[in-house]
Amino acid sequence: MSTEVPLWPTMAHPVRFLRSWWPWRCLAYLVTTPLIAAAGLLVAVPTLVLVGVPVGRWERRRLRLLHPAGVPDPHGPTGPGRRGWLGTRLREGATWRELGYTLCLLTVLPVADLIGLAVLAVCLVLLTLPVFVVIGNSAQLRLGKHLIDTFGEAVLFSLGAVLPLTVLVAYGLCVLAGAQAAFARWLLAPTEAELGRQVRDLARSRDRLVAAFEAERRRIERDLHDGAQQQLVLLGMSLGLAARELGPDAGRAGELVGDAHRQARQALTGIRELVRGIHPQLLTDHGLAAAVEELAERCPVPMALDIRLDARPSSAVESTAYFVVSEAVSNAVRHAAAERITVSGERRAGLLVLDVVDDGAGGADPAAGTGLQGLADRAAVLDGRLTVLSPVGGPTSVRVELPWHCG
Amino acid sequence: MRAGLVGLLESFGHTVRAAVGDAEALLGAVGEYRPDLVLTDVRMPPGHTDDGLRAAVALRDAHPGLAVLVLSQHAATAYAAELLGPAGLGGVGYLLKDRIGEVSEFADAVVRVAAGETVIDPDVVRQLLARQRVAGPLDALTPREREVLALMAEGRANASIARELLVGDAAVAKHIGNIFAKLGLAGGEDGHRRVLAVLSYLRR
Repeated sequence: MSTEVPLWPTMAHPVRFLRSWWPWRCLAYLVTTPLIAAAGLLVAVPTLVLVGVPVGRWERRRLRLLHPAGVPDPHGPTGPGRRGWLGTRLREGATWRELGYTLCLLTVLPVADLIGLAVLAVCLVLLTLPVFVVIGNSAQLRLGKHLIDTFGEAVLFSLGAVLPLTVLVAYGLCVLAGAQAAFARWLLAPTEAELGRQVRDLARSRDRLVAAFEAERRRIERDLHDGAQQQLVLLGMSLGLAARELGPDAGRAGELVGDAHRQARQALTGIRELVRGIHPQLLTDHGLAAAVEELAERCPVPMALDIRLDARPSSAVESTAYFVVSEAVSNAVRHAAAERITVSGERRAGLLVLDVVDDGAGGADPAAGTGLQGLADRAAVLDGRLTVLSPVGGPTSVRVELPWHCG
Repeated sequence: MRAGLVGLLESFGHTVRAAVGDAEALLGAVGEYRPDLVLTDVRMPPGHTDDGLRAAVALRDAHPGLAVLVLSQHAATAYAAELLGPAGLGGVGYLLKDRIGEVSEFADAVVRVAAGETVIDPDVVRQLLARQRVAGPLDALTPREREVLALMAEGRANASIARELLVGDAAVAKHIGNIFAKLGLAGGEDGHRRVLAVLSYLRR
């Protein structure tokens, strides 16, 4: 196949050539070349930069050979879509460190590794010299002017010189591997700033979850209060009116209406308990001390209260504190057979500190049940802490410490 | 709910001058119509917290002699205490919403509050009395005296207490004398003051 361009024969006749379209075609061709090149560069440079990203991911995984605990990903969450991803990645220092690492991986690192491995291979071959001396009578090794060609000399040489050298080389290779791993970690692991950002991101997403959870509780409580509860009250009212219309001598119909009336009342009581369990209205309206006081009023065990708060903490803190107290009290009543419970609380150095102490049987173990562990988790979500002291025989003391402000 | 209550009250021969949806409109309507009695829920728009209760307290302050009956979803003594706190002149009541179902009792309570009496939901009173104080003078009361105290706190008169407990008026009066003595309260025959005295003692 000819490589000749149709341009050449035409150019043999300069005048005709100059009058034709060809010069323009040439110009167009020449002008588009740098444009194409620029466009190609525009595509290729980011791609080349981004080559480091998958390499980095793979290399972090390979690093587990020497860092079994694993190396965290330094990249942050990206914006939406391909464009968002690209924009985030190109602005991240981690991407450029990964590119730097990738360049080293393609040049210096394999050379160093191959040299090291080659030295080791030579040593290993030399170790087998006695075998070759025995099986092949032409095998020999020249050391300076000396020639090793007997089995005895070969063994002496192998064990005396090559073996220590091999050990030394192997040791050196491990040092090399360690140094490379340290180098890879240096470039591929998150920096202090990136770790800090990850922690901040996590904390923010956790705060959002807590807020969403709290909003959902309130929504459910409001829906129940404004919906089902009101309808049941109305139902009770209609049934009450019906009973009144029927009068005292209504017979079977009167009995049935009376039964329905009782059932409506029971349903109302049940739903009230449910609502209180979700989020007591008193807690919203009057705060922690009033809500715990109400708890004490319903508690079958005498409760001494000493909650002294000069202000109200944030609502998430308030409701977590309330549920810890509520749960601790019901544990004391149900499991510890307590005869007296003391709840005290105060604000201490930016913390809301609450103590629930009972004189019950003790022996409560946060590790054993899900109840106390659940409370500890709830406190931890707000950066708080739950401490349970419960020797067998009692007394049990549950302390919860929560930051006064959260979020 | 509002329409239901309006129907209920009208079926007992009362006239409902206004039925409004939030605390602000309530304050306005009372200023306009000067009713004998205001009936409100603890929880109301706009805040959906205790807006209705706060409106009731404000109304008792602003209109001496106005009777206020507050309905609540919860037998919370804190709400009752808030309502009873300022000593207005008019009748005052705090009832659980469940009580609406007992239409005759409810209608009776409306009339009593409008007449200037104090009506406290039996559940709230029971809760106050059941509160297990670690050590308190209530322990000095006999079971019978506690029963009498509970009925007093609900706003019952001596004759009504006597009927309820199937004893004579004289026995009731004797119990009440003992209760006042043990609790260190000044005795009095006025039902309203009596209830307030008992409740303010219980709230401590």
